[in-house]
Amino acid sequence: MSDQLIFTYVIDGDDFTRAGEASSSVKNKLKMIGVDSDVIRRVAIAMYEGEINMVIHANGGVITVTISDTDITMVLADSGPGIPDIDKAMQEGYSTAREEVRSLGFGAGMGLPNMKRYTDEMHIDTVLGTGTTITMKVNL
Amino acid sequence: MHTNKFMRSVRLRESACQGCINCIKYCPTQAIRVHNGKAHIIDKFCIDCGRCIRYCPHHAKVPVYDPLSVINNFKYTVALPAPSLYAQYNNLTNVDIVLNALLKLGFDDVYEVSAAAELVSEASREYIREHEKEAPFISSACPSVIRLIRVKFPSLISRLLPIKAPVEVAAEIARARAMEKTGLAPEEIGIIFISPCPSKVSYAKAPLGIEKSNIDNVVAIKDVYPLLLPHMKQDESQLTPLSNSGRIGIGWSNAGGEVGGLLVDSYLAADGIVNILRVLEELEDEKLHGLTFVELSACNGGCVGGTLTVENAYIAATKTKRLIKYQPVSKNHLADNPELQNIYWADNVEYEPVFRLGNTFKESLQMMGEVEKLTARFPGLDCGSCGAPTCQTLAEDIVRGDATPNDCIYVLRSNIADLTQKIEHLSEKGSSEKPLKEEETELLHTYIRKLTTELASFGVPESLRQPGKE
Repeated sequence: MSDQLIFTYVIDGDDFTRAGEASSSVKNKLKMIGVDSDVIRRVAIAMYEGEINMVIHANGGVITVTISDTDITMVLADSGPGIPDIDKAMQEGYSTAREEVRSLGFGAGMGLPNMKRYTDEMHIDTVLGTGTTITMKVNL
Repeated sequence: MHTNKFMRSVRLRESACQGCINCIKYCPTQAIRVHNGKAHIIDKFCIDCGRCIRYCPHHAKVPVYDPLSVINNFKYTVALPAPSLYAQYNNLTNVDIVLNALLKLGFDDVYEVSAAAELVSEASREYIREHEKEAPFISSACPSVIRLIRVKFPSLISRLLPIKAPVEVAAEIARARAMEKTGLAPEEIGIIFISPCPSKVSYAKAPLGIEKSNIDNVVAIKDVYPLLLPHMKQDESQLTPLSNSGRIGIGWSNAGGEVGGLLVDSYLAADGIVNILRVLEELEDEKLHGLTFVELSACNGGCVGGTLTVENAYIAATKTKRLIKYQPVSKNHLADNPELQNIYWADNVEYEPVFRLGNTFKESLQMMGEVEKLTARFPGLDCGSCGAPTCQTLAEDIVRGDATPNDCIYVLRSNIADLTQKIEHLSEKGSSEKPLKEEETELLHTYIRKLTTELASFGVPESLRQPGKE
């Protein structure tokens, strides 16, 4: 048997109440595997931010989580509008979220910065009008 | 040797258990299974929240606590009434009525847990002020909350307020005062808590945050409540003044009472095990911002909702509010209690990874892979017929070696269909073409044996397996 495990989650767009279900499920699995609690915390926060982003900006998407004995890799792929200016998007406090989203307490412009802060590696692959794929890695 | 750290105070009355699946569905930590027609509680998963006691329709789950007769085991006894005891009585305006009745019942002295609660409130205020940057803190007064965090939320352990619970502080002060007053040795003095919940029974035997508790026995409010009634008719002017706690201390019995004594604005108070699970999840993911303190009580309504109480939790909460309305804010101060040596925890609470599948990361990873494969085979109905609360839990049990796939009624059914088909195929061959060969007859017998064994082993109570038996 190979020493890695893959979980796939389909994220429903435009349903804020369900955002967080996938990261919560991953969190529970990591606890059952006995991953260090600080790693779990970082994975959960980064993935939750990613989930929220997918719901706010891209009408959902697919998250693939791979657990190996060296790291946890999360690939978040959506078919949304793409990110026009990655440098700007990475600035704390910068957000393009709609007013109705902000009124719900989201869109503080901390999503991408937090995802970078809580992971060891992050890579953004984006094509305007086609979609965005973000790969995040947390080392064990 | 240490006492069992996974001690619990819920007991199964086997004769009453019907083997239904209510308890496995309500258990918040999935600690119960039904096997062979009877429920089993898995000690290390149980957090003593009492939910199964509340929801079992056959009253097969019962709380464990001490009988009042324990007061005969000591030369001198001190009763520690929980403030929720006062909330059981109608129109109580003077706590001394209850405290004097406790003496008439046979206790030598009383010390109110609510008095100690005011000391805990004072210490908490100081601690929070001094460690402001590490906020939010989580209350540590409810043992079930600590147990839940200890097995499920390792990253939140450091947020637990490292201060002893009011009843522990009360026990320490009561013993010191009794020794001073009587000159007796500590073991000759019985410190007896009159408790709203059985979680404190396990706590007294296997405490958290300290090595040994000062509480000797825990008796139930529901046992003491009716026995006090005949002693409560005394003329109020004849009462010995014993009560010494204010609004903050007595208020601890209600949800929101502990935070009431902290005098902070940014707090959250949640009660009920399902609600607190949600709060802990969100705290863990750092979704809750700007909080200084998080009060959590496992029971709905707070301690007044404990399973050892008599009165409806919400009525009791109202009675508490009425009782404390004209009381001073607080009557107890740390500076006046030199007998209390240390109000802080002496031991750390350690993470207990009881839900981890294997012993090593590699082993657990592999086992998780098997859990996923098994779960995909199950119908996902979470019907509970296998005795586990969900299909996923059954898969985990199988991987841990505690169950088999045939425990799933749907898997069994398809296996039976498969076997039946094979048998049919064999016997058809026998009747139409030529007589069965000897090995084919043997194979047929093997299938039939296998089929009947599987049928017999499937969750059928022992008593029903042999037709001749009553």
